[in-house]
Amino acid sequence: MFKSIKLSPTELPRSVVIYVDGEKVHAHAGQTLATALLGAGTVPFRKTAVSGAPRAPLCLMGVCFDCIVEVDGAQSVQSCMVEVREGMRVRLPSGARRVEAAA
Amino acid sequence: MKSGNNAPSSEERRSSGSFTHDLIILGSGPAGMSAATVAAACGLRTIVLDEQSRAGGQIYRNVTVAPESVKELLGRDYCHGASLAERFEKSGVEVRYGTLVWDVARDLTVTAQQSGRSFNVRAPQLIVATGAMERPSPLPGWTLPGVLNAGAAQIALKTAAQVPDGKVVLVGNGPLLLLVACQLLDGGAAIAGIIETSPAANKRRALKHLTLAATCPKILGKGLRMLWRLRRAGVRFVRHVEDVRIEATDDGQRMRAVSFLEGGAAQRIEADVALLHHGVVPNTQITRLLRVDHSWSDEQLAWHPTTDAWGETSLSGLRIAGDGAAIAGALAAEASGAIAAIGAAVAIRKLDAKRGDELAKSWRSALKHQQRVRPFLDALYRPPEWLVDCADDTVVCRCEEVTAGRVRDMARLGCEGPNQTKFFSRCGMGPCQGRMCGLTVTQILANTHHRAPNEIGTYRIRAPIKPISLGSLAALASAPNQTLQKKEFKS
Repeated sequence: MFKSIKLSPTELPRSVVIYVDGEKVHAHAGQTLATALLGAGTVPFRKTAVSGAPRAPLCLMGVCFDCIVEVDGAQSVQSCMVEVREGMRVRLPSGARRVEAAA
Repeated sequence: MKSGNNAPSSEERRSSGSFTHDLIILGSGPAGMSAATVAAACGLRTIVLDEQSRAGGQIYRNVTVAPESVKELLGRDYCHGASLAERFEKSGVEVRYGTLVWDVARDLTVTAQQSGRSFNVRAPQLIVATGAMERPSPLPGWTLPGVLNAGAAQIALKTAAQVPDGKVVLVGNGPLLLLVACQLLDGGAAIAGIIETSPAANKRRALKHLTLAATCPKILGKGLRMLWRLRRAGVRFVRHVEDVRIEATDDGQRMRAVSFLEGGAAQRIEADVALLHHGVVPNTQITRLLRVDHSWSDEQLAWHPTTDAWGETSLSGLRIAGDGAAIAGALAAEASGAIAAIGAAVAIRKLDAKRGDELAKSWRSALKHQQRVRPFLDALYRPPEWLVDCADDTVVCRCEEVTAGRVRDMARLGCEGPNQTKFFSRCGMGPCQGRMCGLTVTQILANTHHRAPNEIGTYRIRAPIKPISLGSLAALASAPNQTLQKKEFKS
């Protein structure tokens, strides 16, 4: 849904690999998970608990909660508020969050 | 709860003397950075907490690390933030980034979370510099993927050097809409049109404030230059539109077009991304949590916490700086941040009152200058009435998917305020905690009941103001400031 603008070779950030529902996605160090997913064309980010409607980010500044995904096992993470990390595992949620028994 | 009515009085708590700092500042945007720099110069033991990972707030987001070509694209106003951030960093003030403030008690104890663990800080003075957020634009179809706020596109540019892919339409009004359009053009985005929602009557209303605004020719000049830039690039402008709707693709998975009425005729622009903007409004989550006085601004169509000349609210020691008090822009925020910090220094006797007045003088004139253009901009870019008179099928509460029609039905059944409609429908009860629907619900109820927003009120905000885990909460029990916690509950 988003594309990168042209940067000079010296400005290109380090590449980072994350996994979205098991698929490899290339991202840039320093960018938020939400912009990485937008750059990868991920649509939607999630399906709502109420009606299953598709959603993707609206605000990218931590207000709307429409970009929430699962990050490394933690549910309901605002993807616009976390930066990508090498090897980050992302799951796109569908419906209500799971209730898990403690290990 | 700590913020409840049974808590010890703020005077009792404050006399206990167990402060971790002289001043706590929430947010490191222009207001927070400026306040911190001034506070440090006055010798105040200051701590700044910010949810983002770097200084800058939204307006100067990422300014300390953005590549040169991005900075160039964003322009001189953005780069001004770099010098402010440099002074802020040099001030030596203690800063905690990646820190989510989730509670503030009436005695100004701040509870925050960093790396999944909660902790407390406490000071006799607190400056809330949490700024503004974009006014929600509840249009039918605005929940579809591909629909973002215009500010979101700018954040993607600032933090990831990205612009929307495919055709983009911008919908709404205001200086930021034009600025984002110019920046996206420069970034290589394909703009299919700018759909302006200002009613024709706005111009007439704005005209009477033009004389005052004309005393700030630089600010007006910026606006004109943006308009020329867009015209020269041949961007299609559609004006005074009504009944804007976002259309979904056949499979309903994302947006594909924006339809609207132009002079009563149905029009449609196909696009992959729609960027919405109807100005920005103060983020009042913390001031609402603290139950300080607010009033409805008919000029800015938003809630303003009541503040005095030093940014102090109706709760002693609690100050608001920047757009969180009223929308006036980044340069005004820098000035009001400095003024609030001087006020804090005087209040705790680190600064003589007379010296405080002298120090604040130049900041006050800078603030006044920035405020002179506001009545003109507020009138010119007043959101259209129809934005909150939205069609019954419009989703108002995005989290719980409550429509405008449902809110109106509840009003007719006797719900008088947002807390009742929330109780009956969960409207405003989702993870965003009413941030996205609060203003709209108040305005819909006011219109349905033919009453003023001040009489209708808004949601009661309670901690935690953002979701946190139980594990984070548990960390409070083992925190080093545990004694402070125990003492507080005993008193």
